[in-house]
Amino acid sequence: MRLPRWFHLLGSPPFVYRLAGKVAPWLGVVTCVLLAVGGYWGLVVAPPDRVQGEVYRVLFIHPQIAYVSVMAYVVMAIAAGIGFVWRIKLAHGVAATAAPIGASFTACALATGALWGRPTWGTYWQWTDPRIMSETLLLFLFLGYLALRAAFEDRDKADRVSAILAVVGVVDVPIIHYSVIWWNSLHQGPSIMKLDKPSISPEMLTPFLIMVAAFTACFCWLLLNGLRGEIVERERDTRWIRELVAGTRG
Amino acid sequence: MAPFSTIVLRDVRIAFRRLSEAANPLLFFMVVTTLFPLALSPSADELREVGTGVLWVSTLLSSLLALEGLFRSDADDGSLEQLMLSPVPLGITVLAKIAAHWLLTILPLIALVPILALSYEMPAAVLPTMVGALLLATPTLSVLVALGAALTVGLRRGGAIVGLLVLPLTAPLLIFGTRATEFGLHDEPAAGPLYLLAALAALSLALGPVAIAAALRVGVE
Repeated sequence: MRLPRWFHLLGSPPFVYRLAGKVAPWLGVVTCVLLAVGGYWGLVVAPPDRVQGEVYRVLFIHPQIAYVSVMAYVVMAIAAGIGFVWRIKLAHGVAATAAPIGASFTACALATGALWGRPTWGTYWQWTDPRIMSETLLLFLFLGYLALRAAFEDRDKADRVSAILAVVGVVDVPIIHYSVIWWNSLHQGPSIMKLDKPSISPEMLTPFLIMVAAFTACFCWLLLNGLRGEIVERERDTRWIRELVAGTRG
Repeated sequence: MAPFSTIVLRDVRIAFRRLSEAANPLLFFMVVTTLFPLALSPSADELREVGTGVLWVSTLLSSLLALEGLFRSDADDGSLEQLMLSPVPLGITVLAKIAAHWLLTILPLIALVPILALSYEMPAAVLPTMVGALLLATPTLSVLVALGAALTVGLRRGGAIVGLLVLPLTAPLLIFGTRATEFGLHDEPAAGPLYLLAALAALSLALGPVAIAAALRVGVE
């Protein structure tokens, strides 16, 4: 089977650098518009919740950030796996870029969750809540990946060794997640309200989904921008980068 | 099987020649489990309450101490390269290394657990469940420790970050292992978590050596 030309070009740093440079601003615009629309809809237009009142509006930020944090780990592991198997440096670059973004989203998910937990559950932190625990362990997995990368001086080695960790991690993430849920479900009658998938009304669901799209676009935007920086750093000894810096190349 | 047992016997022999080094994890395990009752109020009820968790977490931490013996010392004196060059599949070599780590580091800890559990005021009836859970969980633990050792084999000072790499991955073991013991304490059937531990052991022993071998190939070049 012959693959189309553009598919091969996706492994070429100059091509991806220019492509990312063209797509990223549009993603930025999409992110801002979606955040503005979803934010206004969720924070102003949507009716207050019958039980939680106004506090429930964290619903339009927190689950989206948490979802992106898990997606970031999967993106990182898939990119690292592709880079390891087919020795594509650019894929390693995507993994290396996704890791700090994912770690930030994970930390933000924990922070927004804590701020939401205080008024609704009466506590910032609940050790027995499965989602808090698996999100915390996800943060440690991200930090471990970053620490392993940072420990190697040779970038090529760092790429390949950390790729193995990322792939092992992505096998373990679902096991960790379900073991933590199983662990909690054994506690007799959890004292906290568990945020199960609520059957929410359409006027809340629409801004919820808009915000999901907004944060996904935000992640892609950050990823492409970070990838451009990563490409320049990795290719700094090549001719096209020197020409780019000298301004003789677009 | 010949290469497998040869490598295991070799590691056992090396460990017996450097006995004080090989005994480190065990001594660490004893010290840590002695410190906990000092830090907590040593009432019998409280000790029984925390005993399971203390013994499990101490096992996880102690198993990390034997990290250097897994691949580092072999990498330093060049024998790891010879093992990798040999016609024996690297996965078998890795599996033998894991078996040696388990025999030398983990089995002595497990042998000590019944005595420590009794000193933590845990009933003797729960000991078979607890030891069984440890026996089923620790092969996976050895695989994860070996993975951490293999990922950092190319680093001068890799030991410090291995804890960060390995310990989050051990969460399922800790959860199922302590659950099994808790069930045993409350006279409930503990088969469920034990089956899950066995499943994890099968999974990690099947897939782990592949990942570890890949990490060694990158690390040693």
